[in-house]
Amino acid sequence: MMTRLTANFRIRALAAVALFSLASLAGCKHQAPASAALKATAQGTALVESSGGHQVGATGTVLKDPLVVQVNDDQGNAVPGALVEFHGPARASFDPSEVLTDSSGQATTAVTLGNASGRYQIDAVTPGKTKTVSLAVVETALDYQQRVGAILVDKYCSRCHDPESSPQRVSNYDNLEVKPHQFTDGNTLNKMSDADLTSIILHGGPALNRSALMPPYGNTLSASDVKALIAYTRVVSDPQYQPPGTVYERK
Amino acid sequence: MRSIGKYLSSAWRVLFGDPVRAFGVVSLILLLTLAIAPAKDHFSQWHSYQRKYLALIRDRGDAVSLRRRLQPGIHQIWLPELGVVDRCTTCHLGLKEASLSDVTQQPFRKHPVIPHPVDGFGCVICHGGQGPATTVAEAHHSERAGEEPILPMRYIESGCGQCHQNALAGTPQLNLGRTMLTRYGCVHCHAITRPDGSKIEATDHPPSLAHIADKTTREWIFSWLKDPQAYAASTTMPNFKLSDADASDISAYLVSSSTPHAGDTVVAGTKPASAADPAAGPSLYGESFCASCHSVQNAAGNLVGGDVGPELTRIGNKAKPEWLAAWLQNPRVYDSTTPMPHYRFTPQQIATLVDFLEAKSDTDYGSGVHLNAVTPQQIAQGRKRIVELGCAACHQINGVQKPENFAPDLGTIGSKPLAQIVFLPGMEHSLPSYIAAKIRQPRAFGTSVKMPQFTLTASQTDALTTALLAQTARSRSMPDSLRVAVIPETNYQPAGHAGKLITELACFSCHSFNGRGGDMAPDLSWEGSSVQRQWLTAFLHNPNTLRPSLIRRMPRFNLSDSDNTELTDYILTVYQSPAVDADSAPTTTTPDAVEHGRQLFYSKYACQACHIVDTKTDKGYIGPTLTQVGSRLTPAWIYAWLKNPQALRPGVAEPNQNMSDEDAHALTAFLMSLQAPGGRGAK
Repeated sequence: MMTRLTANFRIRALAAVALFSLASLAGCKHQAPASAALKATAQGTALVESSGGHQVGATGTVLKDPLVVQVNDDQGNAVPGALVEFHGPARASFDPSEVLTDSSGQATTAVTLGNASGRYQIDAVTPGKTKTVSLAVVETALDYQQRVGAILVDKYCSRCHDPESSPQRVSNYDNLEVKPHQFTDGNTLNKMSDADLTSIILHGGPALNRSALMPPYGNTLSASDVKALIAYTRVVSDPQYQPPGTVYERK
Repeated sequence: MRSIGKYLSSAWRVLFGDPVRAFGVVSLILLLTLAIAPAKDHFSQWHSYQRKYLALIRDRGDAVSLRRRLQPGIHQIWLPELGVVDRCTTCHLGLKEASLSDVTQQPFRKHPVIPHPVDGFGCVICHGGQGPATTVAEAHHSERAGEEPILPMRYIESGCGQCHQNALAGTPQLNLGRTMLTRYGCVHCHAITRPDGSKIEATDHPPSLAHIADKTTREWIFSWLKDPQAYAASTTMPNFKLSDADASDISAYLVSSSTPHAGDTVVAGTKPASAADPAAGPSLYGESFCASCHSVQNAAGNLVGGDVGPELTRIGNKAKPEWLAAWLQNPRVYDSTTPMPHYRFTPQQIATLVDFLEAKSDTDYGSGVHLNAVTPQQIAQGRKRIVELGCAACHQINGVQKPENFAPDLGTIGSKPLAQIVFLPGMEHSLPSYIAAKIRQPRAFGTSVKMPQFTLTASQTDALTTALLAQTARSRSMPDSLRVAVIPETNYQPAGHAGKLITELACFSCHSFNGRGGDMAPDLSWEGSSVQRQWLTAFLHNPNTLRPSLIRRMPRFNLSDSDNTELTDYILTVYQSPAVDADSAPTTTTPDAVEHGRQLFYSKYACQACHIVDTKTDKGYIGPTLTQVGSRLTPAWIYAWLKNPQALRPGVAEPNQNMSDEDAHALTAFLMSLQAPGGRGAK
């Protein structure tokens, strides 16, 4: 009886050891190529942004264009095979988060924004020859209200307020005698209160003694539309907008 | 054995040796038992979150009012008519606190501003998860039968789509997904019903293959079937990953089953103008605004042009010249429902365009394809594969019936229980990741899967997943009052000879009339109230540009004088707005009124920001150019428009200036004074 029990126990122990080693082997198998594939074959000394920065997307979604950064050497030539890591604030994620630069020295990743709206500073980091090189790129996440604002801006405002033209849409900015402020112009817009912005949208430029080229939208947009417009301008403004707090904000 | 018994008996003696001691011990046990419930409550997860919340708000300026609004204990939103029992607010304590907008730590973050109050709808309706649960794991991640894990933020718009069947302004991802369901042909194979019972209908236009041999060669069909995106990157036709044998068999069946169609081919008898002038082809292509609907890849590899019609980058590889000539002569002969207008080109124009388009070919494309002569076995095998793959679900094919319910019904795919899903190894066990993976790579789920490979970007896959996740069982049990129905397109059809002209010219492809048609060009439901007869006649003969910044423009149709008159009469008589009263139109055209209007135009209303009246001084080009508006629009229309533009054209970007009657009169007088040179209506 006793011997049978011990034998049984031995077999079980053996099986457990075998299973464990198999599992660890499998784990190694899974791990090994991943780290081997990301073995940097070269190192650069500078990081530059190629494309994909300054994008605006909805919270929690993948940005439309991937983020592409380029690793360069001292002479400004692209370095293929260098390791680039992407870091961001909590809940922003990258696919992949570590990547080797391709033949043209570029590292590409798809950025998924976090669930909170606002600015996301993303750091691309590459171990350089002498010291670690990093590059900060800013993306913006919009919540529902800000996104409604973005859609309204696209329809009613950006033809004049955005000097950039695209093949689909020619900007009217250059045609205006008095130049409108861009919504990213935080230095000007951050000084204006929500009440001021509301009245200039509702009643047009003359309401604040500004140009009549800005027409009144009070009979066209609803109150919630105006709130959405302001929420959008606040989130994209650069430098960042700080909402006015109560005087005794903190004890 | 004996020692254990000894030990037990000594323990018994120590605890219950005498009655007093026994009483004390029993009381102690009773007390401890009674303490279990309060202790469990005290150490529960939600309680610790409520304590953390108190610590978070302690140092804030408005701590007193925040604390006053905080109710201790379990919170519950109970909405019997929606089936909502949500206790999420027990831990998510800051949802409604506007002053917590700077807090990023969960579960205390403020909820972003949305049109619905949390108290009126609860949380689970949009976010998923288990409302009645009071632990994080159970509420958020439960995978038990009948329960759903919380919806990842990237698909959150699917929550809106459960009630809102129409296109909401704030949900671009959901809207894109729904458009893709109809545009990429998903609903040809999968039935998708909305909660109100109506079916999602396809809006793409898969061509009939009944006369395919008139149009193209078997070799082209073979190459196309092998990889549609290699021919045109923008095509919505998916890749069926066919073997060479299958592609050869299917092309054999399609060519041999194709019947010749009268009028499908025209042998060009005219010498193209491009023989003399190489620029004639491109300029005719440009003048006819083919690019409004068709795209062509430019040297940089970017697609330039619209997506209504097929991409033409390699059209020379595909279309036989005699078929192309017949198509350009009148596309409705080959396909009576095509969105392409009947341009009424002259034979020489047709020859020029055919010459130009046939030159758009890629000598490498399909150069390695050499097919043997068709055998009866191949034809039989081709038909078998066509039936198996469901080609006839999208395309009309001679000798093959359109299959019914070819693929699974996706009406409630958003509530598919996880227990019914076979996940791939290493895949996250959640419905969104399953749907996204299935869209991304259907054949990874087994070799017997018939669903083809679509070429989609990451954001397109997300959009499609969002639209499918909105098809929940919950959306079917919602009260009718909450449901926002989709506005179906009307089946409006203009009557008579003019109606036939409107159909032939495919006006509905770009313009909308009485709730039917496209949105590329202005809605013409009230065009008759808007424009003057002479202008309309001249415009239909030769459309000039009203908005300089637009790239998509109205093409020129070579209408005969009688057709032109007929169309003008019809538009002016039928498309009249009840809001524009021609009889009470302002008629003051005194120089004073005109001058007053001019001043209002330039100073008070600053219309020059968007419109051009004087080409020397004005530059705005958001709205139409108004230099000759007095020869184009009717005074009644201008007046009504100035009073309220949105009443005449809902959603138009021009703001309603709430203009007084006097100002509107004066501005109308000024605008009517802006005549075309040579007097009123002259061109």
